[in-house]
Amino acid sequence: MKTRKIKLFTAVAASLLLASCGPQTNNKKSGGALSSSAAEKVYVAPGEHDEFYAFLSGGFSGNLTVYGLPSGRMLKEIPVFSQYPTSGYGYSEETKPMLNTSFGFVPWDDAHHPDISQTNGELDGRWVFINGNNTPRIARISLTTFETEEIIEIPNSAGNHSSSFITENTEYVVAGTRFSVPIPQRDMPIKDYKSNFKGSLSFISVDPEHGHMDIKFQLMMPGFNYDLSHPGRDKSHGWFFFTTYNTEEANTLMEVNSSQNDKDFIAAVNWKKIEEYVNNGGGTMMPAEYAHNVYDESTHTATTTMKKEVLTVDPLKVPGAVYFLPTPKSPHGCDVDPTGQYIIGNGKLSADLTIHSFDKMIAAIEAKKFDGEAYGIPILNFDDVLAGTVKSGGLGPLHTEFDGKGNAYTTFFISSEVVKWKLGTWEVIDRKPTYYSVGHLMIPGGNSRKPFGKYVVAMNKITKDRYLPTGPEMEHSAQLYDISGEKMELLIDFPTHGEPHYAAGCPADLIKANSKKIYRLDENKHPYAILSPDQAKVERKGNEVHVYMSTIRSHFTPDNIEGVKVGDKVYFHITNHEQDFDVPHGFAMIGQNTSELLIMPGQTKSSVWEPKKVGVWPFYCTDFCSALHQEMQGYVRVSPADSNIELSWSLGDSDEE
Amino acid sequence: MKKITIILSAILIVVLSSCGGSTANEAAKTKDETKETTVAKEEAPVEEKAAEDVKPSERVDLSTKGVGPIKDLGELPPIDEKMVKEGLELFQAKCTACHKAKSKFIGPALKGVTEMRTPEWIMNMILNPTEMVEKDPLAKELLVEFNGSPMANQNLTEDEARKILEFFRTLN
Repeated sequence: MKTRKIKLFTAVAASLLLASCGPQTNNKKSGGALSSSAAEKVYVAPGEHDEFYAFLSGGFSGNLTVYGLPSGRMLKEIPVFSQYPTSGYGYSEETKPMLNTSFGFVPWDDAHHPDISQTNGELDGRWVFINGNNTPRIARISLTTFETEEIIEIPNSAGNHSSSFITENTEYVVAGTRFSVPIPQRDMPIKDYKSNFKGSLSFISVDPEHGHMDIKFQLMMPGFNYDLSHPGRDKSHGWFFFTTYNTEEANTLMEVNSSQNDKDFIAAVNWKKIEEYVNNGGGTMMPAEYAHNVYDESTHTATTTMKKEVLTVDPLKVPGAVYFLPTPKSPHGCDVDPTGQYIIGNGKLSADLTIHSFDKMIAAIEAKKFDGEAYGIPILNFDDVLAGTVKSGGLGPLHTEFDGKGNAYTTFFISSEVVKWKLGTWEVIDRKPTYYSVGHLMIPGGNSRKPFGKYVVAMNKITKDRYLPTGPEMEHSAQLYDISGEKMELLIDFPTHGEPHYAAGCPADLIKANSKKIYRLDENKHPYAILSPDQAKVERKGNEVHVYMSTIRSHFTPDNIEGVKVGDKVYFHITNHEQDFDVPHGFAMIGQNTSELLIMPGQTKSSVWEPKKVGVWPFYCTDFCSALHQEMQGYVRVSPADSNIELSWSLGDSDEE
Repeated sequence: MKKITIILSAILIVVLSSCGGSTANEAAKTKDETKETTVAKEEAPVEEKAAEDVKPSERVDLSTKGVGPIKDLGELPPIDEKMVKEGLELFQAKCTACHKAKSKFIGPALKGVTEMRTPEWIMNMILNPTEMVEKDPLAKELLVEFNGSPMANQNLTEDEARKILEFFRTLN
């Protein structure tokens, strides 16, 4: 406020001075040089907030990173599919179950496509979903705690890539398989792939109140590669569209053998029809094994349930539910415009974009104008469903987003550019280079009914000379463009973490007021929590020792423990008694074969230590918490296995009240 | 920020002084004021010295109300036993990590606190500790006396802080 007044004062003074200098300083360029200053557009003054949140997938980091736009500042890394020693995610006893699968504990994945929950086709800012590609999983992240709350494994899937996209009332999060596999899995020759492998498309229902996920059904499709997908919206709500490649069903030397067909397909799935079929008892339950991991905010603890069966649907048993739209050249991105009318297939080996018309598709279906079938699924005639073609002159189109003003923006990987074009006329309006080899792009809300068409972020695969070199490995690079005008304007470069495949953006106002500041201690239902320091204790159960400990600036209660023996398994259950925003405490024990813990205010986390050596061993707080942080430490005395020293614990010397 | 203020003041002074022509009378007044200021300055160190002898935790200040949401509680009604009970429970859950009733722990002992501080000051210290140790002179000194160990904000409601105060009233 004061600063503004001074600025105003300075401005007035300056203008008076300038005015007195006479007419030679009249603005010749209207708006002046400053109004087009890229630096000014991305400058967020110290202490000010960004206008948008951006959630970038971390790719092979397995995590999700949170950025502010337009500054490009990284705000947080949210651990999802990977262990994260910074907070103890996947290391603490409470969060280890989050990474359980039918293959056991899998501490990493390849995180791909984040998507924010929607209501009536508009972003609602409640959750963000993201898929693990390698060991097929879908995660749900809360946008109040910014923590991963749930992970469900997808059986009968492999290379969970055409995921995790949300229908317009978050009825379903959809996960399609990129690699077809034998279903059920069995020992068979690889060369017998053709007509024996299947591709599953999973529709996972989302509980409207808690967000809990459950596989409603899996559609068992021919053994193609289901690459990317997007839901229909508005008029096409109720449909889902998947690009396919390898309709050749090759199983080796794929880069040649799965690029033979001139056209592959976009699969159009009428999920409402299948939902109705399933609700009326349709489908076949088949044995399956998959993990469902749910984190409970009140107990601060995750639990795993192993599921034993899944409902499968044969598309041939639901007439009118699935059609194939021929689409040239191994289409990759599959994007639907905000009106739901246009389905864009980005043929990655082509120069052109193919746009299908939803209305034409419905008309062709109603007229039963089919051009053959594949495994019993009707193929529509390419010319009957085609709305238009964008002849851009670029090479390698991958993904398209929308600005809500009738324009679309497509990335071209091979020619390293973003191309802006007009829906309906298909004319190219502008093109800007990217640095380098752009993959995905994101406009906040750009895959919803209501995009916020102010910026587009291009996420590039190759960085090379954009930043100071850091050895052979460089973080990937992103570019932010202003798209508020007719022409795009490059504003800023910023490094990203891992490999962002896609991102989801959202106006900050939709999220920031709901962002939790603390966990209330009186709502903490963790079985090992202590709600006041006088409940601190140490218990022995055989060779298990449970330490019920609390923290507040700046001490542990208790901080001296004796009676622990070599061969014990010591559980530290630590409750942070702070109730103030941004005052976590850390915990680390010398020689512990795991990571530290970072415990948020009001939270309880547990860490295991198996002491191997006799001695007196220190532990300490790892997060600089106050001026007395260096004093925040304690000792555990470890005696020989056959020692008879009783368990004891204390803080301070006196027993004074 | 400070620099700008100084520059602006300097400009003001120059502008004002350039208006010139103060009367002899005004000049005399200014001199008198200067004298008064000098006298005040001489007295100040005496006060400070007196304060230094008593530790902040032992100093009685029944006038300062502190900085925070509690402005004026007026005359407190007789002690309410139900509130005391609830206050004790809250104290045990939220405060005993650092405070004991009768002896110094991480922070000061709380016995007798209502005879040394105003009820408003106590509640502001509970509800608004961060700003208190920045702006309230006594809270600032207490922070130094207790080795810079910060009073944690336990995010209590005014109602909860009032109950804790009620419990403190029984410790005298």
